[in-house]
Amino acid sequence: MAKIHVKMTVNGREVEGLAEPRTLLIHFLREDLGITGPHIGCDTSHCGACTVDLDGKSVKSCTVFVGQAEGADVTTIEGIAAADGTLHPLQEAFREHHGLQCGFCTPGMITRAHRLLQENPNPSDAEIRMGISGNLCRCTGYQNIVKAIRVAADEINSAREAAE
Amino acid sequence: MIPGAFDYHRPKTVDEAVGLLSSLGDDATVVAGGHSLIPMMKLRMAVPEHLVDLQDLDDLKGISVSGTAVTLGAMVTQNELIASNALAQACPIIRETALQIADPQIRYVGTVGGNVANGDPGNDMPGLMLALDAAYELVGPDGTREVRARDFYDAAFFTARSDGEILTAIKISAPPAGHGWSYMKQKRKIGDYATAAAAVVLTMDGATCAIASIGLTNVADTALFAEAASAALTGSDLGDAAIAEAVAAAKAITNPAQDGRGPAEFRTHVCGMMVQRAVARAAERAA
Repeated sequence: MAKIHVKMTVNGREVEGLAEPRTLLIHFLREDLGITGPHIGCDTSHCGACTVDLDGKSVKSCTVFVGQAEGADVTTIEGIAAADGTLHPLQEAFREHHGLQCGFCTPGMITRAHRLLQENPNPSDAEIRMGISGNLCRCTGYQNIVKAIRVAADEINSAREAAE
Repeated sequence: MIPGAFDYHRPKTVDEAVGLLSSLGDDATVVAGGHSLIPMMKLRMAVPEHLVDLQDLDDLKGISVSGTAVTLGAMVTQNELIASNALAQACPIIRETALQIADPQIRYVGTVGGNVANGDPGNDMPGLMLALDAAYELVGPDGTREVRARDFYDAAFFTARSDGEILTAIKISAPPAGHGWSYMKQKRKIGDYATAAAAVVLTMDGATCAIASIGLTNVADTALFAEAASAALTGSDLGDAAIAEAVAAAKAITNPAQDGRGPAEFRTHVCGMMVQRAVARAAERAA
């Protein structure tokens, strides 16, 4: 089984490598590229801890082979903050409103919420809950996660209006 | 969980994909979104030596709606089904069903073609396609053929598709404007397969049900077209007696497995409830 040469863009940076075709995207990110923000939780596509953005879609990177992501544009939690390290409003809001306890689900939660707000900049609480229904948190009961996403949405919308 | 080793292929055309399947033989498997196959590969319940990825086959990607003629490319994702307003107008039960499949991440990747071709009785689209009397287009080394969904499912994971064929499109003749519809699914949690689910499509002529069609999900070895239950509604006033007859007829053809979703008797009971609720909802929506 020959290795394949894969190229993709991860957090704005072009990367390439040789990988066995059976390599899952999460392993390529974590073990080959050292990008350890996306976590391996359940490893069965239920929990969403491994969520990354792939060509504008939230995907569970434990259920994508590296070859399927050939040529793709991938964003992980590492690519959410600004280049100078300023936290994204979602990251600020999760911190401010205690949207995490142990933090294991948080990279997937924020990466997913980031895509949700691109598609629906002003979601209702019900839409937020449906939007993150593929991400499990075993600590917080979701209340503060939903609140953080709502606050971040307001923040992003106010900043956008101020800029216009 | 690490899958077995395989060689990866990404053909650019349907012909190339079919050629690969012919030359690679039984050891090759096609992959669409991969969200049924990859978990099975991680469990080593599927160990293909060659994976033929269909993601570059642009011919398999469109949704076409022309009047009541609907064609769904096999590589259309659940998310794309949900996002299509033209589709929601012509055949709204497709969006309603897609929204109840798995979770957002999986709907971005999971395809309608994979969902119907996989042959898993837990998948939601087969039951819907049985209710809609859809046809599947299959392309293989001997050319193209169409198989009705109602003739497609033989047993769990066994279908009329041969190993050398690719399911390329789903063709649906949408029920006429004003039809009623409902997909009712009982599940333990988001992301779970159905304990039982029912797809109901019906057309009213005044107070009489002119045509009714019912499909059932995850209550037997395959999705089921509930023919007798459909007939019980057709020509009726959709009154309590007719609905009770349809529910009884639907329950009579179920043969669910006992699993974490409950004992077989419970799942048959839930199936009856889903039929009853879906008929009521479809009747409310029918013009």
